[in-house]
Amino acid sequence: MRKTNALALAALGTALTMGLAACGGTAGGGNTGTGNQSTGAASAGAKHNDAYTKVVNASDAKGGTLKFALSDEPDSMDPGNTYYAWNWNFSRLYARPLMTYVPAPGDEGLKLVPDLAEGPGEVSDDGKTWTYKIKKGIKYDDGTEVKAADVKYAIARSNFTDELTDGPKYFAEYLDAGDYKGPYKDKNLDDFKGIETPDDYTVVFKLKAPFSEFDFLVANPQSAPVPQAKDTGIDYEKTVASTGPYKIESHEVGKHFHLVKNENWDPATDTTRKQLPDRIEVQFKQNAEDIDQRLLSGQIHVDLAGTGVQTAARAKIVADPKLKDSSDNPFTPFNRYAMMSVNVKPFDNIDCRKAVQYATDKVATQTPWGGPLGGEIGTTAMTPTTVGYKQFDLYPSTDHKGDVAKAKEHLTACGQPNGFETNIAVRGDRTKEVQVAEALQASLDKVGIKATIKKYPSGDWSAQYAGKPDFVHKNNLGIMIAGWGSDWPSGFGFLSQLVDGRFIKPSGNYNMMELNDKAINDLLDKGIQTTDAAERNEIWSQVDQKVMESAAFMSFVYEKTLIFRPSNLTNVYVHPAYGMYDYTWLGVQQ
Amino acid sequence: MTTPLPPESFLELRDLRIHFPTEDGLVKSVDGLSFKLDRGKTLGIVGESGSGKSVTSLGILGLHKGGRARISGEIWLDGEELVSAGQDHVRKLRGKKMAMIFQDPLSAMHPYYTVGAQIIEAYRIHHDVSKAVARKHAIDLLGRVGIPQPDRRVDSYPHEFSGGMRQRAMIAMALSCDPELLIADEPTTALDVTVQAQILDLMLDLQREFNSALIVITHDLGVVAELSDDILVMYAGRCVEYGTAEDIFYRPEHPYTWGLLGSMPRLDREPTERLLPIKGSPPSLINVPAGCAFNPRCTYADRTGGKATTEMPQLLETDGGHLVRCHMPRAERRSIWENEIKPMMESA
Amino acid sequence: MVAFIVRRVVAAVLMLAIVSMATFAIFFLIPRALGQTPEGMASRYVGRDATPEAIQGAVKRLHLDDPLLVQYARFAKGIVAGQDYSLGPRKAECPAPCFGFSFNNNQPVWPTLLDRLPATISLAVGAAVIWLVSGVSIGVISALRRGTVLDRSAMTVALAGVSLPIYFTGLVSLSVFAYTLGIFPGGGTYTAITDDPVMWFQALVLPWITLAFLYAALYARLTRAGMLETMGEDYIRTARAKGLKERTVVTKHALRATLTPILTIFGLDVGLLLGGAVLTESTFSIPGIGKLVIDAIRGNDLPVVLGVTLFAAFFIVLANFIVDVLYAVVDPRVRLS
Repeated sequence: MRKTNALALAALGTALTMGLAACGGTAGGGNTGTGNQSTGAASAGAKHNDAYTKVVNASDAKGGTLKFALSDEPDSMDPGNTYYAWNWNFSRLYARPLMTYVPAPGDEGLKLVPDLAEGPGEVSDDGKTWTYKIKKGIKYDDGTEVKAADVKYAIARSNFTDELTDGPKYFAEYLDAGDYKGPYKDKNLDDFKGIETPDDYTVVFKLKAPFSEFDFLVANPQSAPVPQAKDTGIDYEKTVASTGPYKIESHEVGKHFHLVKNENWDPATDTTRKQLPDRIEVQFKQNAEDIDQRLLSGQIHVDLAGTGVQTAARAKIVADPKLKDSSDNPFTPFNRYAMMSVNVKPFDNIDCRKAVQYATDKVATQTPWGGPLGGEIGTTAMTPTTVGYKQFDLYPSTDHKGDVAKAKEHLTACGQPNGFETNIAVRGDRTKEVQVAEALQASLDKVGIKATIKKYPSGDWSAQYAGKPDFVHKNNLGIMIAGWGSDWPSGFGFLSQLVDGRFIKPSGNYNMMELNDKAINDLLDKGIQTTDAAERNEIWSQVDQKVMESAAFMSFVYEKTLIFRPSNLTNVYVHPAYGMYDYTWLGVQQ
Repeated sequence: MTTPLPPESFLELRDLRIHFPTEDGLVKSVDGLSFKLDRGKTLGIVGESGSGKSVTSLGILGLHKGGRARISGEIWLDGEELVSAGQDHVRKLRGKKMAMIFQDPLSAMHPYYTVGAQIIEAYRIHHDVSKAVARKHAIDLLGRVGIPQPDRRVDSYPHEFSGGMRQRAMIAMALSCDPELLIADEPTTALDVTVQAQILDLMLDLQREFNSALIVITHDLGVVAELSDDILVMYAGRCVEYGTAEDIFYRPEHPYTWGLLGSMPRLDREPTERLLPIKGSPPSLINVPAGCAFNPRCTYADRTGGKATTEMPQLLETDGGHLVRCHMPRAERRSIWENEIKPMMESA
Repeated sequence: MVAFIVRRVVAAVLMLAIVSMATFAIFFLIPRALGQTPEGMASRYVGRDATPEAIQGAVKRLHLDDPLLVQYARFAKGIVAGQDYSLGPRKAECPAPCFGFSFNNNQPVWPTLLDRLPATISLAVGAAVIWLVSGVSIGVISALRRGTVLDRSAMTVALAGVSLPIYFTGLVSLSVFAYTLGIFPGGGTYTAITDDPVMWFQALVLPWITLAFLYAALYARLTRAGMLETMGEDYIRTARAKGLKERTVVTKHALRATLTPILTIFGLDVGLLLGGAVLTESTFSIPGIGKLVIDAIRGNDLPVVLGVTLFAAFFIVLANFIVDVLYAVVDPRVRLS
């Protein structure tokens, strides 16, 4: 996962057992998952992390302009061409996918409900055909009706063309589409066999293999309909045909994005969104520190990225109880970790890997992330907001400060009683990761492991360096520091790219430790074919156990973020599926 | 205290002192200088660089006023005392009543303005006339100082002039308001010998024409030989010998003056060849040597009975109007000149 | 004078051609020389997990597999004649002068540059006026009052101004004047002068002052040093000897000579800023050229970086040219050579 705020979307399956759900163990907010979305506390009484469990400043008052600012710019505002977490949240204001999440804080928000579809997908007995009926009478902002073919077209363009490169390509991976060339080269949509539309209101997905979490895939904005006649390729982001409560008034790429109310949106067909502000304005490429200042002074309402305030504002918020009460500290989908390559000596010996696990002072490696506010110390591959997560720690030490004695024991077992030399690979332009590498280096030094830090550019990190096994072997990169946030918070979404040995690629590889364990691969296959959610989630937990037993994976922190809600922002809660405020619910105080 | 009486002379300096405080100490550039000058007369002030002659001339023009310099003594110009006069009053006299011709006119003229513009500016400060009238005046002046095609050259920039032309232009600028006192600071230093002669002739002609008082400042006795009525030899901020041109050239009595005469370039000698070089270098004006300031460089210091290093000699009259600052008895000085110096110079 | 100008124009055009080659080499030749493959370069233009087909598509679309000379020729031709790019169902035209096509912004680089230019001009010119006037006046006063308390405090402030980075002074001024006192609007409020002149002005006051502070400090020091030197020149003594008032001596004689070298630096500084005031534009979120390029660098948007580099080079060459000509006007000695 390259884009740090690309999202872990929760494809939890329709029958997800919430008892196992992700939010247990979140810090600060304590008890989550009440699902009580409308207690409506007034802002005056709101406390730190309140929006994590309930709707703060609940209000149905309409009007005003909701202002967002973003320090970056989006890859694209085209719902079919974006990989940013915030955009999968934000684009729902003008794009309705087949499925979406229940608008509620806590566990309830991880459940899927039909959006454009009338109901959840109906799966065939062989698990390879998923059928969705779409609601009748849903219109675009120009008044024309949404047809099944538009959904088919949307997926064809977003997954099968060379031009729209920014979004994920899961449909291309899972749909049985032969060598379909995409609608830009092949104008005849009938040639796209991966999706069938027997009538104007039925969409049938044909899969290569069973995929029990398919409802998740269609909760991605890529399933929002696009009329073929309106498509202008990568330029479509300026003129997206809206199905949501807002439509695009103007979009100046790299500068701003303005939305106004869409009169053709019918709230009767939509159970998850509100339409409170008169207009919504987004400014792109704003100075990050300045965004925080504007946020704290109430001049803007939301930092669109949802990745938290910068260091200066963080210090200010923590120091001021009033400001702190207007902030929330949710988990992000990210696990920050180190991988030890099982093909680089001496890490081919499990005891040498275990020595590192025990030697590491995780309090020291937590500090660069910003201490407890920036992340909770991790001990597993899956994060607490991943369905299937179970808390365990195979390499415990007092207060997570490392166990030198145990580490030395394993060094001896590994045949390296005096330690050894190795390299730590890190993205040199990521300050925090470099600091983590330095902290790790210091920990390892105490047990005699002399590690040299090697810095590589993040741009080609996975294409040329740590993601290229040849390079890793040649340069003796024993330890690699990286992070992963999955596209959906189930065990499969989180683990498949990281630990499936069959996914090891000669370049662009995320399983940098090159773990290729048949037991793990088989469990992943078994899980994705298991339709019973409880059983499936248990399997993800077993995978996590096996990964940690291999000792090749070492988590530093489950990343957390500090986000701020100005007092003039109404109807605010943290949506667990996005790890940030639900942008379709927000209103502003007049 | 009595108010000093205005002198009869057109210009009179009385005990002028110009001192500059610096971080290293007090620089006594001019330290008790007095002289008189009448209209139509020329005074040559001669000395090595650093002897205080340029500071004196700038002091007369009041250009040290308002700066860091400490000025005392009296400067009487046409019945007015200038040291105690207001800055603005002196400014109004500058350029009009008294003007200066600077050495090295390439740097003394503003490189960005035409020669004409600079003359016109000088004229219009003191005359309320239109630019056209001033321009005509400037062309006249340029013609008068011998610049060919003055109506065209008036629009040239200083760098477009030759050295001699620039000096003429500089003179034209100084003369633009018919000053009664003209001070020329090394007016010919930058010029070659033939041009030097032309410029000196020009200045003499103009002086006669305007009947102004002229001070010529130079390190080169040759220059003042032709021009001056009186000559003042300066050393370390003081006058060491004063007299008529004849006194200085034919009956000099100060060893420093002898040195200067010996250093004079002459047409029949290579310029680098010096008959009587003055050994050593000019003294620091912060720590002027005790006794006679010239004593460390003086060949005859041992003939003063030890007074050279202990007591400052007075400037005393040796003959009618001829003043000398030297411890040696007059007879001995004359004897040295007649018997040692003069024959040597004549034989050379 | 005409010959002089013609010579300078020819030199400027040659300079631009060389800059375009050098820039192209930096962006395309050096990566290749360092072992970057066309696919590796193309992968910068496509999202993560891009299929090999998508990367190959990008290689083709961007013509990255052509020989470098052909790529440069296409690039140079684009500037003169324009070229087309594939955007999906339709072709995107990039009319001349085509400085490249940004696939991040889905538009040709040239119109983007033109779109950003007014903000940069507004910022640069406004700040330039402020710093020139204030910097030069402070420098002159300091020089004339050399050694006084006024001089020393001005020079201390100037030293601070030169030393403090813009993102510090900018954020502090925003915090104080925009968010605490509320006198000026905060960051990101830049409005085009054609839309709302009042807002335009208000939003630019803080950036102007912040940017001008840095330069004013520099110019005050330069002016002071230049002034001190000039006041010691012989021609200043001459001017005084003519009986000119001190004010005239300073303004007409000293200042003109002092300002000439400063004019050169000023021209180059303004030229440089027209190529983008990166820090100021970033700090105040002003959508100018500098903001464009820094965002392009962050976003790996090479066509924009390349375009801005050329554009900035153009301004520097232009500024150089103007300064040369102006210098000849101001200093008659230059015209001769």
